[in-house]
Amino acid sequence: MNSMNKQTIDQVNASLKKRRAAERRFRWYGQASIIAGLLALLVLLTSIVHSGYGGFFQTVLILDVKMDQGLIDPEGHREAAIIAEADFGLLLKQSLYDMFPDVRERNDKRQLAALVSNGAAQTLRKMVLKDPSLIGEILHVEVAAGPAVDTVYHGDVDRHASQTDRSVSDRQLQWIDRLVSEDKVAQRFNASFFTSGDSRNPEQAGILGAMVGSFFTIIVTVLLALPVGIAAAIYLEEFSPRNRWTDFIEVNINNLAAVPSIVYGLLGLAVFINFFEMPRSSPTVGGLVLSLMTLPVVIIASRSALKSVPPSIREAAFGIGASKVQMVFHHVMPLAMPGMMTGAIIGLARALGESAPLLMIGMVAFIVDVPGSALDPSTVLPVQIYLWADSPERGFVRLTSAAILVLLAFLICMNGLAVYLRKRFEKRW
Amino acid sequence: MSKTTLLLVLLLLCMATFFIGRNKATLLSGNSGNKLNSLPDYYGYYVALWVGLPALGVVLLWACLETQLITSLVIQGLPEEMRTLPADHLGLIVNEIHNAVGNERDRIAEPAILEAAERYENLQIYSSYLLVLTAGLISAAGFWRSYQGIEASFRARIQVEGFVTLLLMACSTIAIFTTIGILLSVLFESIRFFQSVRPDDFLFGLRWSPQMAIRADQVGSTGGFGAVPLFVGTFLISAVAMAVAVPVGLMSAIYLAEYASPEQRAIGKPLLEILAGIPTVVYGFFAALTVAPALRELGEMAGLSVSSESALAAGLVMGIMIIPFVSSLSDDFINAVPQSLRDGAYALGATQSETIIQVVIPAALPGIVGGVLLAISRAIGETMIVVMAAGLSAHLTINPLESVTTVTTQIVTLLVGDQEFNSPKTLAAFALGLVLFLATLALNIIALRVVRKYREQYE
Repeated sequence: MNSMNKQTIDQVNASLKKRRAAERRFRWYGQASIIAGLLALLVLLTSIVHSGYGGFFQTVLILDVKMDQGLIDPEGHREAAIIAEADFGLLLKQSLYDMFPDVRERNDKRQLAALVSNGAAQTLRKMVLKDPSLIGEILHVEVAAGPAVDTVYHGDVDRHASQTDRSVSDRQLQWIDRLVSEDKVAQRFNASFFTSGDSRNPEQAGILGAMVGSFFTIIVTVLLALPVGIAAAIYLEEFSPRNRWTDFIEVNINNLAAVPSIVYGLLGLAVFINFFEMPRSSPTVGGLVLSLMTLPVVIIASRSALKSVPPSIREAAFGIGASKVQMVFHHVMPLAMPGMMTGAIIGLARALGESAPLLMIGMVAFIVDVPGSALDPSTVLPVQIYLWADSPERGFVRLTSAAILVLLAFLICMNGLAVYLRKRFEKRW
Repeated sequence: MSKTTLLLVLLLLCMATFFIGRNKATLLSGNSGNKLNSLPDYYGYYVALWVGLPALGVVLLWACLETQLITSLVIQGLPEEMRTLPADHLGLIVNEIHNAVGNERDRIAEPAILEAAERYENLQIYSSYLLVLTAGLISAAGFWRSYQGIEASFRARIQVEGFVTLLLMACSTIAIFTTIGILLSVLFESIRFFQSVRPDDFLFGLRWSPQMAIRADQVGSTGGFGAVPLFVGTFLISAVAMAVAVPVGLMSAIYLAEYASPEQRAIGKPLLEILAGIPTVVYGFFAALTVAPALRELGEMAGLSVSSESALAAGLVMGIMIIPFVSSLSDDFINAVPQSLRDGAYALGATQSETIIQVVIPAALPGIVGGVLLAISRAIGETMIVVMAAGLSAHLTINPLESVTTVTTQIVTLLVGDQEFNSPKTLAAFALGLVLFLATLALNIIALRVVRKYREQYE
């Protein structure tokens, strides 16, 4: 028997080394998976920050513009209507021609004029309208640079490629290099990113329209999804009898939580826009669709919050003579409120980032104006990101990434708020 | 008076009558020495409800029906030859009338339409006066009736609570209405689609090229509505995504549940959850901007030709998105396995990895499989990543280096455009939506069944 025991223990000992190695390998696989997941997150965030950082800065040209009275206000009446009609673009072009006097050809002149953004004329116009005494002076202004200067300044242009492969011609490169060496090109904080609506020119486009549209949409979603969701959860948890009908409703809600978001878009298109003929592309319809999508999430989160309130609270309320409705609304609901709010905020954060259903109901048009009400056509920030990602101009890549950073910042705030609420108000019964 | 103003006035009336009703109740309890049946607040709520709700119902009903009613009245007033036009011409005329009412008067030349627009506007004014009058009368009637009914023995609380319970029940049925709405809307349009394209052509056809001829002799008018390339594309991208998400997600869950210290777990779990919170547009942009070109360059270095919209890029990024899904679901089920099973295995001399592989995972398997099925359902329903990173042309291939298109991409492409709503091209989107909905529904139900049926009941 000793020899047999010795054989078994030898076998076990012999295999130990391999088993321990397998154990170490397995543990390493686990660590590697987590590291892989976190690495993916890191790569994603760094690539977005890297490409979006420049979007918060605007390239400007520092020019000396002669505010020629003959071009702006020949009669000298200083009437606002006449000043507004003046061709300020010509003044800007003239200042550039003055800087590069050897540019004669019409084609070359056009390329030179393209160094300034289309919207720069508007900046000049506003300045003069505000202060007409500027007419006749030589203004030292900073104006938005055109896409050519923008791309060269950010280093997006391949100088080694041939001229036809680039968006910037050789002569333009020379001029821009000279301007940079004379310190006439600078970077300023891009305030117009936050104050202007969408535009075809990347240097003028901003997210204000999209943010206001998102704001209206989320307001509509909150007003619809939160009360209805909490009411439904309260009914299902406290009042409904436990029969097949309520089981069916529960299965239904769980299924709805897992339906792809694009199907909700189809629902919105077929019912709200075609059947009810609501205004297409408005935050109202968008909010309706998103609230239908958020409803199952809110219901499920609220139900689990209500479940976590111990029965002793309910019994105590009955004990002092409360009716069932009073017990629910005065005793149970306030205690379950933190959990409900956490779930609601997480659901709303998800709705804020949704774009697929909103594409279906038409919030995908090019809308320049900032929406004034919840019934005006508008777009939301995720859809704006999608639209800009589709644009061919190089400058939009920066803007898209910058807009993504803004969206992520909002989501971090919302999720942070949810985590804070949970930590602060959660009671452990 | 616009409807919003009317609703605000109604709200103010409700609040005012709440106080009036409550006052009466308080006075009653003071005077007669009878004890009030309910708290005074309930009498106030009772009156406010009777003032506000019937009027609200009238306003809502009016809002729904008003436009159609006025339009049909105006149509009846149109000259004979306009009234007898076929439906779509009449529709165009109605549109013109609506536009004329909405301030585009100077562009419309026809006198009949201008007349009709004027009549429309007059009718609108009458209708709003009538609405205010009716709503006011009904509110007043409600107030009178409820105010009379306030006595010390009146059971206001029962009435109000009954109404509250009814309201809660109505809210809970919205979920049912949503499901019915989704089903009906998608079904109706799909049935219309299947009247132009046969179901077996759609489900089993191999050519997806959704063109519809506008004229009979139009070049390139032959279309194909065979959805098999779309199904294969969806399957391919989801397979790539699962191949990334399941190993990484499962191993992360195992490590976090079994090996990690509490501090590591406290940091690692929320960080992985962040992946779930990032909007899918961001993933799509990342896939199109960074991952796809990187994969193409890697492929060129290795001598393979990788499309710039390859299924591999989209599937990879989708897999990254699904990792936290698989991870957190598996984590729940692995933690649910009782410690006694693990202790038994350790007592027999098993290493930790052997315990996990041979005891814990098989015990948690039904839950993990359910989680994987839910993740698959999420992957096939994902839209933005594939719209931005995968292609638009339907190739029938299982090579992940080529570009394929999916069901969701096609739904978006077909509907985000200038198509007339009734052409088979746009209705095809609804048919695809129906297939998608049924597929995800089936996966969810199967996942639920698997979890319920095979889950071990531990004490």
